Amino acid sequence: MKIVVCIKQVPDTTVVKIDPIKGTLIRQGVPSIMNPDDKGGLELALRFKEEKGAEVTVITMGPPQADLILREALAMGADKAILLTDRKFAGADTLATSSALSGALNNLEWDYIICGRQAIDGDTAQVGPQLSEHLGIAQVSYVADAKVIGENKLEVKREIEDGYQLLEVKGKCLLTVLASSFKPRYMNVAGIVDAYDKEVEIWTADSIDIEESRLGLKGSPTRVKKSFPKGVKSSGEVYEVTPEEAVDLVVSKLKEKFII
Amino acid sequence: MDFNLTKSQELFRQMIREFAENEVKPLAAEIDEQERFPRETVEKMAKLGLMGIPLPKEYGGAGGDNIMYTIAVEEISKFCATTGVVLSAHTSLCIAPILEHGTEEQKNKYLPKLGSGEWVGAFGLTEPNAGTDASAQQTTAVLDGEEWVLNGNKIFITNSGEANVYVISAMTDKSKGVKGISTFIVEGDSPGFQVGKHELKLGIRGSATAELIFTNCRIPKDNILGKVGSGFKIAMQTLDGGRVGIAAQALGIAQGAMDEVVAYTKERKQFGRSISKFQNTQFVLADLDTRIEASRLLVRKAAFCKDQHIRFSTEAAMAKLFAAETAVAVTNKAIQFFGGYGYTREYPVERMMRDAKITEIYEGTSEVQRMVIAGNLFK
Repeated sequence: MKIVVCIKQVPDTTVVKIDPIKGTLIRQGVPSIMNPDDKGGLELALRFKEEKGAEVTVITMGPPQADLILREALAMGADKAILLTDRKFAGADTLATSSALSGALNNLEWDYIICGRQAIDGDTAQVGPQLSEHLGIAQVSYVADAKVIGENKLEVKREIEDGYQLLEVKGKCLLTVLASSFKPRYMNVAGIVDAYDKEVEIWTADSIDIEESRLGLKGSPTRVKKSFPKGVKSSGEVYEVTPEEAVDLVVSKLKEKFII
Repeated sequence: MDFNLTKSQELFRQMIREFAENEVKPLAAEIDEQERFPRETVEKMAKLGLMGIPLPKEYGGAGGDNIMYTIAVEEISKFCATTGVVLSAHTSLCIAPILEHGTEEQKNKYLPKLGSGEWVGAFGLTEPNAGTDASAQQTTAVLDGEEWVLNGNKIFITNSGEANVYVISAMTDKSKGVKGISTFIVEGDSPGFQVGKHELKLGIRGSATAELIFTNCRIPKDNILGKVGSGFKIAMQTLDGGRVGIAAQALGIAQGAMDEVVAYTKERKQFGRSISKFQNTQFVLADLDTRIEASRLLVRKAAFCKDQHIRFSTEAAMAKLFAAETAVAVTNKAIQFFGGYGYTREYPVERMMRDAKITEIYEGTSEVQRMVIAGNLFK
C-alpha cells in the first residue's frame, strides 16, 4: 500500500495576536507548526503502515522553511518527504494550491491520499476536496476513523453535524481527517536523530505538469477583501443556583482569579 | 563558536517539550503526594527511545548525543524532578559505565534492554560510612570459583527496587585502599540481593530511594565491570557524567519555577497593579534569570565536552554546583513571590523548592564540587 499525506506548515494560531489597528495577523515571533488536522492525517497513515504495511510519503507546498515539518513527519515515521517549493507558487489560493499538488501527485504512485480537514490559518477545508476533483477520485471528508477491510477497500467513519456516517470505499480515494480523532504520536528519538540524514526531495514548478497560468497568484481567483478579528469571547460557565449561592460563587471565582 | 542547537537538537527539544507538557506535568503533583514511582511515564519514555538517548544504535539506543540527553532531563524536570532523576540515574549511572567500561559481551547483554527501557538501571556507591569519602567502602567482593560473592550495604540508591540492573562498587582488596575497589554488574534477581527500606524524603518523593543489602550475593565471575581494582576510577568517571545529568535536572527545576513565578507575578495584583510591575520583582527575577541562563551554558558546555570526548570533570562539577545552588535560590524566591499561596500544595513551587534541595547533595555535594574545582585549580 502506498499513501501520500499532504501537510501544511501554519502559524500556531493559538499564540497568534491580531494587530488591533490594521486587523491583520501579527505573524512575527509566532512559531510555525504542522497543521493539526494534517498531523492527524499523518497519524492515520502511520497506523495503516503499522497494521498493514505501507509506504508513507509526505508532501508539502511552501517556502524552504517548510522543510521543518517534513523532518518532523520523518521523525514520526514517514518514509519519504517532498517539498514543493517555487516562487511561482507564491500567493496561491486554495485552487492554485490544489492544482499544484495534483501535478505533484500525478508524478507519484499511491493508493490513498490523506489530507487534514482544514488548516488553522485559513479554515477553508477546500484543498483536500479540490484535489480529489482534479485527480478524479472518490473523497471522504471529515474522517473520524478508517480501517482497511479488504483488498483496496476501506471502511470509513465520517463525522456529520449530528452523528456519523459509516461508508465503504473501494479503490483509490482521498480522505480528509479530523485532528480530534487521531491523537498524533510523538516523534521518536531515533527518528529525530535520522531525520536530517534523510533526503527531502525538492520539486519546483518545472517538476510538475501544470501550466503556469494555474499556479500561484495567476491561478488564484480568490481575492481577500478584508481581514478582521471576530472578537474573542470566552464560553463562560453556567450554574443553576439560588441568588444566595450565586453571591458566594461569584465571590469565590473572583478570589480564585485574584481580582478581590 | 556556535551557541545554537543543531537542527536535530532543536527538533528533539520540540518533541520533549510536548512530551513533558502532556505526559509529565499532569502526574507531577500526584506522584509527589503518593510517593509513587512514575512507572507509566517510564513506559512512555521507553516507547519513544528516551531511555537510551545517548546510547549508540548498535547497542539498541537512539543514537543521540549528550546535549539531547541534558535537554530531555531539563525539560522533564521543569515539571517533575522525580521523573528527571529516574532518567538521569538510569542513563548516566548505569548505561554510561557499562558502555564505557563493559566488555563486548556485557554491552550486548545489558545495553539493548537498558536502552530500550525494558530494563531500568541503577548505581550503588554510597554506604552508611562512605558518603563523600567514597574510598571508605565496606562492601566486599570475593572471588569464589566462577562467582563473585558480595557482602555489605549500599544506601540512598536511586531507582532501587524498580531497577533490573545495578552497577555496584565493592572492595576486592582492602589493603590497596581506593585501588582495591572494583565495579560489578548485579542483576536485580541475583541470589542474596535484597532491596531494603524505602526512604521517606523531603523532595523527589516519587523517586525510589532505598538501601541495597548484599548477603552472600552471588554473581557470575564475568560480571566484573572493567579491571579488578579500577572501581574507584570508574565510579569517579561515572559521577562526572551523572553530575551533568543532575545539573540539567537542577536547571529544569529552576526554569520551571521561573516560568511559574513570571506567570503568577503578571497575574497577581496588589496595590492596584501586577506585582510584576514592581522593581523588586523585576530586579530579583532578572538576577535569577541570569543565573539560570549561566547554568544552562555550563550544562551545555559539559555535555558538549562529553560528546567530544574532552575531559569534563571540572565542567561537570561547575555545572552541577552552579545549577544546584541556582535551583535552590530560584525556588526559594518563587515561594516568596507567591506568598501564602506558594507555601501551599495548591501551587507547584512548594514541591519545586523541596525537590531543588537534593541537587546540592546527591552525586557529590556542593562541597565536593568545590573540592573537584579547587583540585583542578591547584593541581
